[in-house]
Amino acid sequence: MNTVADLGGMMGFGPVRPEPEDERFHADWERRALALTLAAALPGGWTIDASRSARESLPPGEYLTSSYYAIWIKALERLLVGAGLVGADELAERRALRPGRPGPVLAASAVPGVLAKGSSADRPIDSTPRFAVGDRVRTRNVHLVGHTRLPRYARGKEGVVERVHGAHVLPDSNAHGAGEQPEWLYTVRFPGRELWGEAADPGLTVEIEAFESYLAGT
Amino acid sequence: MDEKDMTLRVEALESILVEKGYVEPAALDVIIETYEKDVGPRNGAHVVARSWVDPAYRERLLTDATAAIAELGYGGRQGEHMVAVENTADEHHLVVCTLCSCYPWPVLGLPPTWYKSPAYRSRVVIDPRGVLADFGVTLPTDTRITVHDSTAEVRYLVVPRRPEGTDGWDEGSLAALVSRDSMIGTGLVEVPA
Repeated sequence: MNTVADLGGMMGFGPVRPEPEDERFHADWERRALALTLAAALPGGWTIDASRSARESLPPGEYLTSSYYAIWIKALERLLVGAGLVGADELAERRALRPGRPGPVLAASAVPGVLAKGSSADRPIDSTPRFAVGDRVRTRNVHLVGHTRLPRYARGKEGVVERVHGAHVLPDSNAHGAGEQPEWLYTVRFPGRELWGEAADPGLTVEIEAFESYLAGT
Repeated sequence: MDEKDMTLRVEALESILVEKGYVEPAALDVIIETYEKDVGPRNGAHVVARSWVDPAYRERLLTDATAAIAELGYGGRQGEHMVAVENTADEHHLVVCTLCSCYPWPVLGLPPTWYKSPAYRSRVVIDPRGVLADFGVTLPTDTRITVHDSTAEVRYLVVPRRPEGTDGWDEGSLAALVSRDSMIGTGLVEVPA
């Protein structure tokens, strides 16, 4: 989906405002928003790709005028309703109206282990990689209606394979409950001029990670 | 939506989830404490300083960052597949996630607000020198810039250049110099005057 979250190359957002290193949250609700988002994923059963898809498909105006943790909370509410765990009426009334559905819950004692283990997207795969380091490739010029991780600024562009990472879960299918469908994942590097034209900084290179189905040979 | 309403909205959501039995409040506290106290950019600074004092470690870090970072006890959520890239006099690295907020949590903690902002995500891939100027950083015009857009589950750690005048410094003193921003690429490491 060509979403508003796909921001690379847009203009007009003004300067970046640096912050000191110890400024981790700006309000207590941001702490709870982070923790709720992480904890609710277990009973919710959705994937990280579905979470990203929910965030980026907020209405564009709302996305751009919401702080990042507000985006997380709005997406979490959508995911909870979508999974049938919480009713839209409960969100509207801001209280539980029915008992919950039994299922897995993240226990406090399990948190350190869960965070330390993480959730790797690396997967085994039977096929051999189609491309090797140094190969010239062209990204596909595609405009999918679903979730994808190929930014608009890097579509239909020619680059060079920089790294081969092994096979990873394909977000395009995993976000929509269509399974992990692992694919070879590559880092592809593009000269700035390929992406941004003649006026680009001549010393600029931009790299993205691209799944094999995002790429064609040249 | 103002801050007061977000406070009420998140409080309400938490109470709904707790009452319905989906979330254990104590688990939320542990998550918050982990990322407020334990997991942050001092972890990454430890990795960088080690790579500066130990050439064999540096080699391992640049070859297999996930394993080298795990040697120092760091890993897990949002750092499952790491790549380390080293700044040199000729090439400067910057990390972004233009699509969302992908960031190497085990070594840098939670991303700062600016990293998630449209201003940074939109501009750093097309005008990195302009973004660096917002951080007060000017690179020589002949320094090449490589921007890493984290579009999948690979996470990047920038190894900044070791500042001059630090020969013989121990790992701890060096780590204290390494800022979070220098490990994203929006800062340089300097010896305080």
